[in-house]
Amino acid sequence: MTATALPRGRGHARPAPRRPLGVVPTGVLVLGAIYTLFPVSWVVVAATKSKAELFSTSTFAPGTGLLSNLGDLFAYRDGVFWLWLLNTLLYAGGGAVLSTAVSTVSGYALATYDFPGRNLIFNLLIGGILVPSVVLAIPQYLLFSKAGLADTYWSVLLPQILHPYSIYLARIYARAAIPGSLLEAGRLDGAGEWRLFRQVALPMMTPGMVTIFLFQFVAIWNNFLLPFIMLGDDHRFPLTVGLYTLLAAGANQPSLYNLILTGTMLSLVPLIALFLTMQRYWRTDLSGGAVKS
Amino acid sequence: MRSPEKGARAHRAGAVPYLFLAPAMALFALFMALPIGYTIYLSLRRTKVSGLGLGKGARTEVFAGLANYAAAVGDGELWAGWLRVLGYGALVLVLMLGLALVFALMLDAAHVRLARLTRISIFLPYAVPGVAATLMWGFLYLPSLSPFGEHPFLSAGLVTFSMANVAVWGGTGFNMLVLYTNLRAVPREYYEAARIDGASELDIALRIKIPILVPSIILTTVFSVIATVQVFTEPTTLRPLTNTISSTWSPLMKVYRDAFVTGDLYSAAATSMVIAGISLVLSFGFLRIVKNRAFGEG
Repeated sequence: MTATALPRGRGHARPAPRRPLGVVPTGVLVLGAIYTLFPVSWVVVAATKSKAELFSTSTFAPGTGLLSNLGDLFAYRDGVFWLWLLNTLLYAGGGAVLSTAVSTVSGYALATYDFPGRNLIFNLLIGGILVPSVVLAIPQYLLFSKAGLADTYWSVLLPQILHPYSIYLARIYARAAIPGSLLEAGRLDGAGEWRLFRQVALPMMTPGMVTIFLFQFVAIWNNFLLPFIMLGDDHRFPLTVGLYTLLAAGANQPSLYNLILTGTMLSLVPLIALFLTMQRYWRTDLSGGAVKS
Repeated sequence: MRSPEKGARAHRAGAVPYLFLAPAMALFALFMALPIGYTIYLSLRRTKVSGLGLGKGARTEVFAGLANYAAAVGDGELWAGWLRVLGYGALVLVLMLGLALVFALMLDAAHVRLARLTRISIFLPYAVPGVAATLMWGFLYLPSLSPFGEHPFLSAGLVTFSMANVAVWGGTGFNMLVLYTNLRAVPREYYEAARIDGASELDIALRIKIPILVPSIILTTVFSVIATVQVFTEPTTLRPLTNTISSTWSPLMKVYRDAFVTGDLYSAAATSMVIAGISLVLSFGFLRIVKNRAFGEG
């Protein structure tokens, strides 16, 4: 369970004694689950249907066209779909690694050192949460154009490294996880500041870093506006922009619907797999703890 | 929040913290401060055309004062967009946060079954990109494919509701998890004590759990307001499937069109500053109102 991934020392870890079935809460939650799973299951079934079956067979009857749909999708424009998938992995993986590194080292510094300008720097960085993405994306594009970097991998990767909310989370996590006395003890033993960070703080911050990485990975994977503005060449598109162009090209051609539905279905697989394997790390109580203090 | 000045963790280490913060500050300067400054600069400029506007030097950039802002504020198309987003945003906020609160309370209820399975299922859409979510629902709305029959989901009258449904579907689980993890941090003894005093589960939810959740609800509301004011992905992705969504349906779409289709960067810059201003006013205004209401005594 998410909330019990770390020992919290509170009284709720004890299993409650078995009581009668709560019809209302269970019923409400099952309805919610049906609502969320419905479109996903529909798109999975729809992706198995051939062109003819899509419009003729009943909604949840599986079709026979999955393999030919996949073949068509991977043949589309010399396999550009594969490229979109790889690009997305590159943007989300690379961006999340860099973002987690920057957030961790920043959050650590803000949480454990006392220095002039600390609050100013923190407020500046956090203020970024409130800046609308459009105020950034268009001038970022113009500035990248001037630098000759628009429509490159860098133009999508670099602007997503700084993530104010992750710095905020890293700071909270560093405060909660690293005892100041341990750092002091290390200093008395003659360890340098970098070594203290690497060997004392970093291992303690690892669970928080995994959470930050996951949230960043999903945020970049799902981003549409920035790559949509930055990129012109579809060989550098991430999946989101690729799927959009597929739809824009095929919305009036029902013969392309299979391609779009199969692409949508495939685009869900990697993230849902990541989500299900890593779900014990989705710890939003990093932020929950912050709200109370 | 504990103040490091008082705690034992405070440590003066000369230049070290600045070195640790250097990457973030460099990125902040390059990818936030510089673009914001550039937007403000652009928003105060305009193109001056001399003669017929032909040849080199016929088009020059000059200072425009607040003319672009006056045009942006006086633009009926933008206000029509604001109105649409206001209706859409009110729907999304009420439904999404309402459902998130209900689900969180149900997950935390005393006798719930299937909690783990349903929690994962309801959180799952968080992993689905907005484009993919809109595509799935978009096809479900198409009369030729829809399992719901020939309902006019994408008609002018219903498209706002259909779009709000996509956002509610995508955002409820995340907000539910924020609220639920907050509830899990509450010592169970509170509830035991209330039960001994004769409180029902509903009393406990209304009188203990919801007040405890107020700060988290405020936080999720502010983030949701910022997100809805900037709605772009859903209407843009749904556009190819219907002719009821204009290229200026939401304020952000108008900015995109002005900047990249019409090529009027200056008015796009002014409009995006107006959007930034309005979302700041909305989020701070909301914070003020709820702070006075919820923490008036404090």
